[in-house]
Amino acid sequence: MLFAVVSLTLLGAALGVMLGLASRFFAVEANPVVTELEAMMPGSNCGQCGFPGCAGAAAAIAAGTASPACCPPGGRALAETIAARLGIAVDLAGLRDEGPKVAGIREDICIGCTRCIKVCPTDAILGGPKQIHNVLRDACTGCGSCIERCPTEAMAMQPLPVTLQQWVWPKPAACA
Amino acid sequence: MGFIDRFLRTRKFSRGIHPEDHKRPAADALVRKMPLPERLYVPLLQHVGAPAHAAVAVGDTVQKGQRIAAPQGAISAAIHAPTSGRIVAIGDIVAPHPSGLPVAAITIDSDGRDEWTTLTACADPFALEPAEIGRRVSAAGVVGLGGAAFPSAVKLSGGRDANVDLLIINGGECEPFLSCDDRLMRDRAEEAVDGIAIMLHAAGAREARIGIEDNKPEAIAAMRAAAAGHPKIRVEPVPTRYPMGSEKHLVLALTGLEVPAQGRPADVGVVVHNVATAVAVRDAVRFGRPLVSRLVTVNGACVREPGNVEVLIGTLADEVLEFCGGLRADRGAPARLLMGGPMTGMQVPSLRVPVIKGTGGILVLDADEVGLRTPGPCIRCSTCVRACPVGLLPLEIARRIRAGDLDAAVKFGLKDCIACGCCAYDCPSHIPLVQYFHHAKGELAARDRNKLRNEATKTLAQARAERLERETREKAETAARRKAGPDPQPAPAPRPAGAAAPPAGESA
Repeated sequence: MLFAVVSLTLLGAALGVMLGLASRFFAVEANPVVTELEAMMPGSNCGQCGFPGCAGAAAAIAAGTASPACCPPGGRALAETIAARLGIAVDLAGLRDEGPKVAGIREDICIGCTRCIKVCPTDAILGGPKQIHNVLRDACTGCGSCIERCPTEAMAMQPLPVTLQQWVWPKPAACA
Repeated sequence: MGFIDRFLRTRKFSRGIHPEDHKRPAADALVRKMPLPERLYVPLLQHVGAPAHAAVAVGDTVQKGQRIAAPQGAISAAIHAPTSGRIVAIGDIVAPHPSGLPVAAITIDSDGRDEWTTLTACADPFALEPAEIGRRVSAAGVVGLGGAAFPSAVKLSGGRDANVDLLIINGGECEPFLSCDDRLMRDRAEEAVDGIAIMLHAAGAREARIGIEDNKPEAIAAMRAAAAGHPKIRVEPVPTRYPMGSEKHLVLALTGLEVPAQGRPADVGVVVHNVATAVAVRDAVRFGRPLVSRLVTVNGACVREPGNVEVLIGTLADEVLEFCGGLRADRGAPARLLMGGPMTGMQVPSLRVPVIKGTGGILVLDADEVGLRTPGPCIRCSTCVRACPVGLLPLEIARRIRAGDLDAAVKFGLKDCIACGCCAYDCPSHIPLVQYFHHAKGELAARDRNKLRNEATKTLAQARAERLERETREKAETAARRKAGPDPQPAPAPRPAGAAAPPAGESA
């Protein structure tokens, strides 16, 4: 009895110390830049950049293997912020900024299959089996994941109309 | 002492500009009342804050003064039918705004009778609780009539909480061409002073000072005569200098106190209301009459009979102009159409837009008055620096905005810019400085909105991840229970993984 207690206690203590040391010496250091970039990304993990989620894209951008302009939902604004943070120049000419878009559903051809609901990263689509679905505009990030899932092509990306409150004065044409 | 005081105050506000005021002869013409238009277009967004929500349906008949739209949110204002008639449409019309974008509006066909709904009058407003006055002002949909259209009740009841000590009434009307407040003070001085007394009672302030620019001697005399019996209300002429009607500058000129950067006058114990708002408050509290009409100055070289007109809210600016004799044939095509003053008003593409609560003027200017010239390069003469009433460096801010560096522009004080237009007015190179500032402020607001949206997205994505995890766990638990042995009751079928809809929709 005593032997068992003592040996297990010693074993536990020794293993604990070893684990502690291991966590100290073999710790995987998270790159602080990656963490910071990840915080800037939209965070919906839509996968349009071709990386596994926003964390993957952040790591690739930090490592220099991906362009800061690789995130379609983030658009030009995000590319500019990331480029400024990393202190690199980024070619934004290729980035078409057509303004924000959101998904829309044509009610007359929606069959209520719920496939789009299952892939939406922000739960922005409302509906149930055999019920017409609808998109909550405020929650849609415009990632487009749902478009290809729709078997009846009832989903399409629509430009978000500019409202009076969002309108911005145009920049004056540069003078000489 | 008074003289030295005045001298010191004037010295404190020595910036700004002194444009030619173009106020007369329009200011000297008597107010005319516009005949009832056949159709009125009443926008649901006429104020700062959230748009009102329509409370009537197409086909309803309404009485004049009946509430047709309810305020939404803390900062919003109710909207009332300007005349009796039938609602013929609720939908988008062209907004009185430079963008020409649509705005939701209620269209009313007048029945020609102009019948008021039942109003709840109040014989003695001074017996009312201050909070009750705030409620009545809010129910009447009164907003600041100086142009910014901030809901007045919010400012009035906020005054008590902020321990406001002084009520300043803005009779400055520093914008060139406009004279509606001047006319109001000349013709309705008694009503204005009564309104100010009610506001004093509601805001809990010690005294009220009415600041009037000294280029309106008739208005000063009329207001002095009306305020003679009120020991707490004083009329104080202020020097004529644009932008004296900006609340921060009027506070500085009248009290010597400077409102902090990005602060409000309440931070120095002052609340500022326009003089026309005082009349609207009186009508609302004494007679229960909501804000359904206002004085509008129709002016500019192209107008045949310039003057001030009492107009129902929702009247098309075109019809008001027609009432003032239309366009003068000898002036050629108008060079610019404006709703509001020439310095801070809105340039509109056409006058087929309605007059709203904040519209102080309808201006049709000819090419000489606009004086538009091709912008040249900045020669760094610093004329704009001397003109800026806030003490900013417009040339430096504009330079940064041109380069797209908004953060640097903010560091140079972009957020303190009041968009008065002094810098652009004085610029010898005719650079559209204010347009740069408007553009940059809009971009900054868009950036903030985007940030909020991104945060919301993150929360939603996280909530979804948690939901998926919970569902997987529940499924596993159900499966485990089934495996464990013959269950007396069949386990409920797990919900489909993605269905975010309430179970009621899952009958299939």
